[in-house]
Amino acid sequence: MIYDPLDIALMLAKIALVFFVILTLAAYLVFAERKVLAWIQDRKGPNRVGPFGLLQPLADLIKLLTKEDFRPIGADKWLFYLAPAMAAIPAIMIFAVIPFGAPLRLFGHTVQLQVADLHVGLLLFVALSSLAVYGVALGGWASNSKYALLGSIRGLAQLLSYELSMGLSLVPVVMLARSFRLSDIVAAQAGCWFIVYQPLAFMIFLISIAAECKRIPFDLPEAEGELVAGFHTEYSGMRFGLFFVGEYLNIIALGGLAATFFLGGWHGPLLPPVVCFSVKVLAFAFLFIWIRGTLPRLRYDQLMHFGWKILTPLALLNILVTAWWLVLRG
Amino acid sequence: MKIVSDMTALLTGMWITWQHIFRRPVTIQYPEEKRTPYPRYRARIVLTRDPDGGERCVACQLCSAACPVDCISMQSAEAADGRRYAAWFRINFSRCIFCGLCAEACPTLAIQMTPDFEICKRDIMELLYEKEDLLIDGCGKSHDYNFYRHAGIGVTQPRGAGPKEKPPVDVRGLLP
Repeated sequence: MIYDPLDIALMLAKIALVFFVILTLAAYLVFAERKVLAWIQDRKGPNRVGPFGLLQPLADLIKLLTKEDFRPIGADKWLFYLAPAMAAIPAIMIFAVIPFGAPLRLFGHTVQLQVADLHVGLLLFVALSSLAVYGVALGGWASNSKYALLGSIRGLAQLLSYELSMGLSLVPVVMLARSFRLSDIVAAQAGCWFIVYQPLAFMIFLISIAAECKRIPFDLPEAEGELVAGFHTEYSGMRFGLFFVGEYLNIIALGGLAATFFLGGWHGPLLPPVVCFSVKVLAFAFLFIWIRGTLPRLRYDQLMHFGWKILTPLALLNILVTAWWLVLRG
Repeated sequence: MKIVSDMTALLTGMWITWQHIFRRPVTIQYPEEKRTPYPRYRARIVLTRDPDGGERCVACQLCSAACPVDCISMQSAEAADGRRYAAWFRINFSRCIFCGLCAEACPTLAIQMTPDFEICKRDIMELLYEKEDLLIDGCGKSHDYNFYRHAGIGVTQPRGAGPKEKPPVDVRGLLP
């Protein structure tokens, strides 16, 4: 297979663009979260650095970079150093399969606005989101601290409870689109978004991704009221920052996937496709922030109960019903 | 139906937080905006004088005994005319919690509190206020109270010359 240099250049430009946009977006999502939470609590939020506090992410970055990089005595050195990257890198890699706009014509080439259009894009996402929990588990385990260990145990239990229902809630989507390829799934929603056919699967997926990115009400691995800061108790400086960036990248990635699977991806009325997609992703991010400002944290056993006894059977039932419907429709 | 009531509860909470997003923040941007404290706000402590210009403090140590953080200390002394005064009087504002117990304990209304709460200093030793820093020229909150006019026994005026004070009874006299 021979590659055109222009193709390679376009691909690299795409990767650079995605990198730049998501990292900036993650930084500003932290800022947006602090602002929106402040408004919910009748406060003003960060407004000191720059106009309306817009340079706050930069100030946070400088602060995190200049802090001491601390490692507790008895911590497993390599795992402790690698865990934050293990949390952040899968979150970045998920973006490789998300189609964020309609194909463009550039210099006589058709450019897919998607880094890699894999046959098994959906499976890659499920695999990567399972990998992301290794950062949490190993980070907590390597810290040599009881709070961190408790946090990572909870992280693992949470993953086991929610990965299953998340995967099962995506099966009807695959059945409807008849493909694991994300661009096919988006193309299948050109007429009608899958949320119309699959409201239950959408709700299950939404709850599962809230658990997946460790957001309130499922922030048990962190649980600052009980476990200091959970799995990242012992982390400081930019390693702590990487955990944070990973968390917010996860929000963007999972919001993007929710939009892709259920809300028609980049399809949308009036606005250009890329804008449509961004609006959907940001709406999901806002929803997560809003939920964080409203709901309390679930108890450990409630979470397991909810995952195993309610979400998973519901998702299975939903698959059965969808399958029957597809068969009867022929 | 439990699930319906649970969902209603969740949505009610979401609606309430949604409303609060658009509510005006209650934050006061402190260094730029300041709220005016009430006149009886309890902050920086001062030592007041009586209407005649004399020091009210008689160095009775009640304020330092009442102080829960032990930030007041003094040394009492007596002037030639019999008036007691504080030779030195020191308040450590780095310990003071502005509780107002000293002002409550003071029998001569000498120690009083002002609404001035901005007394941050770079050097902690500058928060150690001596008598000359504490003493003000006015009477503070009570303009016409002079302790020695009421209770000074033969110090600033002869016995029985104070307001509402009866002349001393001659215990050896025969008249009722």
